[in-house]
Parts: sequence; structure tokens; C-alpha cells
Amino acid sequence: MIADPALAPVLSGSMAVTRLSLAEFRCYPRLRLDLDARPVVLTGANGAGKTNLLEALSFLAPGRGLRRARLAEVGRLGAADAPWAVAAVLTTPEGPAEIGTAHEPPSGPVSPDGEARDGKRVVQVDGKPSRGQAQLAKLVSVVWLTPDMDRLFADGASARRRFLDRLVYGFDPEHARRVSTYEHAMRERTRVLRTPGAPADPSWLVALEDRMAREGGAIAVARRLLADRLGRAIALADGPFPKAGLRAVGAVENWLGEGPALAAEDRLRAALAASRAHDAASGGAASGPHRSDLEVRHLERDRPAAMCSTGEQKALLLSIVLANARLRALERGAPPILLLDEVAAHLDADRRAALYADLIALGAQAWLTGTDASLFAPLAGKAQFFRVADATVNVSENP
Amino acid sequence: MSGSEIEQLVQLLAKLPGLGPRSARRAALHLLKRRENLLEPLARAIAAAAEKVRACSVCGNLDTRDPCLVCIDPRRDAETICVVESVADLWAIERTASFRGRYHVLGGVLSALDGIGPDDLNVGGLVKRIGEGGIREVILAMGATVDGQTTAHYVTDRLQGAGVVISRLAHGVPVGGELDYLDDGTLTAALKARRPF
Ligand SMILES: [Zn+2]
Repeated sequence: MIADPALAPVLSGSMAVTRLSLAEFRCYPRLRLDLDARPVVLTGANGAGKTNLLEALSFLAPGRGLRRARLAEVGRLGAADAPWAVAAVLTTPEGPAEIGTAHEPPSGPVSPDGEARDGKRVVQVDGKPSRGQAQLAKLVSVVWLTPDMDRLFADGASARRRFLDRLVYGFDPEHARRVSTYEHAMRERTRVLRTPGAPADPSWLVALEDRMAREGGAIAVARRLLADRLGRAIALADGPFPKAGLRAVGAVENWLGEGPALAAEDRLRAALAASRAHDAASGGAASGPHRSDLEVRHLERDRPAAMCSTGEQKALLLSIVLANARLRALERGAPPILLLDEVAAHLDADRRAALYADLIALGAQAWLTGTDASLFAPLAGKAQFFRVADATVNVSENP
Repeated sequence: MSGSEIEQLVQLLAKLPGLGPRSARRAALHLLKRRENLLEPLARAIAAAAEKVRACSVCGNLDTRDPCLVCIDPRRDAETICVVESVADLWAIERTASFRGRYHVLGGVLSALDGIGPDDLNVGGLVKRIGEGGIREVILAMGATVDGQTTAHYVTDRLQGAGVVISRLAHGVPVGGELDYLDDGTLTAALKARRPF
């Protein structure tokens, strides 16, 4: 439910894909969908190609998409020479936008670094090549929940960190650039530390660690800030979703709690300089925001999310995603595009109705998938329905 | 299909930036059809360049004389050195005609992942040039890429205590931008608005 009735009139704009075109993407040789800004319901059997559509949309955000696949894997089998591409026409609060993104396979001699072998993902905005994917975060915000994320609270911290980072992109588009810069500097530092032969050049390490400290401090600040604000937004919500308590935790986040941001950066710089020998052996960095975590508690039950039932964990995630959408609508004029893969089937009727009501009230273009079309009946007339079968997508008049 | 000379020409052309095998075949055919007014003059120009063009032993610029024209031009400010990644960047700044000092070409940027370390760049030459005296200001004009900025930081660290003012370009440039891609106006503005490192 919308927490504050005064929220609804604030929603001036919407963020929605009005045309989606795919080429050689997963099971789709070619596809074009024309849409309006309402929620989109995709129904069809398992394996029909519903999640592939969501994955295509997830490439409108920076990163590796919702399956975190290698770029070469995303291409259609049998389309050996043609790289995959996704294009979208969008409406955003800042005006219309056209985004194109495609796999550029590696060319020339293969570098010793594994990443380069997969080629790269190139991005075009309004027909012009864009340098790096971070630009995407300035234009569009995409947030997803998938069945793979059922284990988000049980698994390692990296998936939770990525989940939080994606939420941060929606408020602070610079965050995407910072994270990729930080990670690049860290990989460089690891390589410098582990290059056999002469001892590593200290000036080089100082330059890389300085970059890590400055970007790392800003990353931790942004994560802490959003976790706090989301926590408050959740506390204000009513409705059947459980209240989640959120906290970004880690060494840098703790230092930020103890003093000014610049002091936290200095401490990270000093910690990196002190852990060179250790990091050379371990191949990472002993401290930094790449080790941080998002701690989530079920507040009413007063226990960590990981100790709740699978159903409650899913509901906690939805509670966070919906609070994030409300906050973003309030601040940036539109909620993010939401990709909710197989979410409806795991909610009871009460929560399902609340979810639909929230999505409609927010004006969110939520993409919902499911095998059972009847679950989406309450959205009749309020959403666009498509049936997906054998890599074809057809409009269907009713759920 | 065709003799090995033509195949070799095509294969070499395909190594040029921006040319793939298909466009290399087109270019080769284009050259062969215009023997007198293109193929032969080009062959002579390439032979002359191969024979005469050298990297300047002072700054790393490419020229037919050593030191290069920029280094020996008495109207240029010998107290200011602009440090660039590549000759392409040097030429890009020269096109703007807004910088009247001299240059130092590093020959790349630090990239551990690509196997490029300090020893692969001409940093030692820069330190030596400055040690010889007469330099007042060093402008670091590396691209806004992570590796470009790491290199700028590295050079600053190596010049610590050398008694020169170090400044860097005020990039209004998208992140990951490289100098050679900037239009002349942006580059001029970036040079004018340089700030202390
Ligand atoms: Zn010279």
C-alpha cells in the first residue's frame, strides 16, 4: 500500500519502455514489442522465453544483466556471426530516450585477462555511442526480483551488495561509475601485487590505492545513505508486507559512523597500504567496500532475514523493492522499471492484491511473469497482457 | 583467386585501424586500379616515412628530424611541458593551436591487466628532463579513463620534490573519454582551465 496518500499526486512522470526490439537475443532471432506505460504481464509455460525478455530489459541498466551471464552466452544459439542487440524507446521524467546495447565480440589478439575474452557490451544513447555503461544509470533505473534471488539472504554478501548497488543507481547515477572504477583499480592493484619478478612500484600502488580510497569512501557513503532512507520508507508503509530493517555494514561503513567521510577514506588508504603483503598472497584486498554487506532483519519477528522462511524472505525483498520504488517516484519523478519474475505465484491472495494495488498507484511499469494467467486477473484493464510461447510474443486481450 | 602479393597487401591493409578484411580488399583494389596517381605515390611516401621518421629523443614526438620541430622551435615556451599518452594526443592538442609549450609523450598508460608497467612508459625520460632544470610547469594531459588518471597520479608521485608546478587538464570530458576524441574547442577549454593536481 502507498504509505502516505500525499505521495500519489507527486507522480508527474513515468518511466516506461514503449518499444522493445531484440536481435539474436537468447531464443529470439528478432522481436519487436510496442507498449504503453502500464504494467506488462507475460504468461506462458516454463521455458517459453519470458525470463529472456526480462533479461533483455535488465541490460538497460549497467552490469551483466539479471542472469549475470557471460556476454557470449546471451547470443542466440546458431547465430554465430551476429552479435546480440537490445534496443528500447523509453519515456522518462526527463523526456524520451532511446537506448541501444549490443555485444561486441573480442577482436584481435586475446589479452591474457579473462574478461577481455568475452568482448564487451557497447551502449548507444539517442543514436550516439556512449563511453561505458555507467551512462545508462543516468537515464533509466531497472530493479529486478528473480527466483535466483530466493537465496539472496542465505548466500554470500556479493549478491546482496549488487542488489543494494542497483537500488543506489536509481538515486545516484554516479554510483555505477564509482563501482566500476573501484573494481578496475582493485583488479589493477591485485595484478601489480602479483606480478612476479621485481617488487611492485610503490608509486603505482599509491596511485591505485588512492583511487580505491576515494571511490570506495563515496561508495560506502552512498550505500549507507540509501539503506537508511529505505529503512525509513519501509517503516512508513502499511499493508501486508513485512517490515525490513536495513543496514549497510562493513569496515568503511563503520569508519563512516565514527567520523567524517574524509577520515574514512584516509583509513581505507592506510589499510590498503598496510595489507599489501597479505593481499598479494590472497589476491584481493583485506578491506574495502567490495567486502561490505547489506544486513536485513525482519523487524516484527526480530530476526535476521536469513532465518525467516523462504516465503517471508521473498516478502521482505518485495517490501524493500516497493519502498525503493516509492522513494524513487517521490524524488526522481518516477519509480524504476520493475522486473518481477515468477513473483506473483509465491504470494498469497492478500499480498498479491496489495502488490498489484501498489504497482498501479505508483504508475510503475512492472513486468510480471507467470505460468498461471488467472493469478493476474485483478490487473485486467490495468495492464498489458502478452502470451509467450516458443519464442513468440502475442498480445492477449485478457489475462 | 589472386597472387600472393595481393593477398599480402590485403592482409597488411586489414591491420590498419578501422579496416577489416572486407574493407581492406576494397582498399587494395582501389589502389591497384590507380597505379600512377595513388599506388606508386603512396608506396614512395611510405618508404620515405619508414626511412626518415623517427621518435624525437627529447619528447617522443614523431618527426623527420631529431630533436623534433616542436622541441627546437624558439618561439615556444621551454619552461612548460605538457605530458600526453600518445603522439595522437600531442597532435590533437597541436590542432587546437592553444598550447605554446613543449611536450612529453609517455607512450601509453599504466595498465597492469594489459601488462604495461612503469618501465614500458617514458617516465624516466621525463624525470631526467626535469632534473636537468629549466622547467617550471608540467601539465598532465592524460585521458579521463581510470588508467589515464592512475598514470597522472603516478607521474605526480614520481615528480614529487622536483620543484615544478604540476597541473592537470580540467576535463569536461565524459568518463572514459580520451583526448584524441575531443573536439578542438573542448580541448582548448580544458587546457585553459587546468588546475593544480
Ligand atoms: Zn621533440
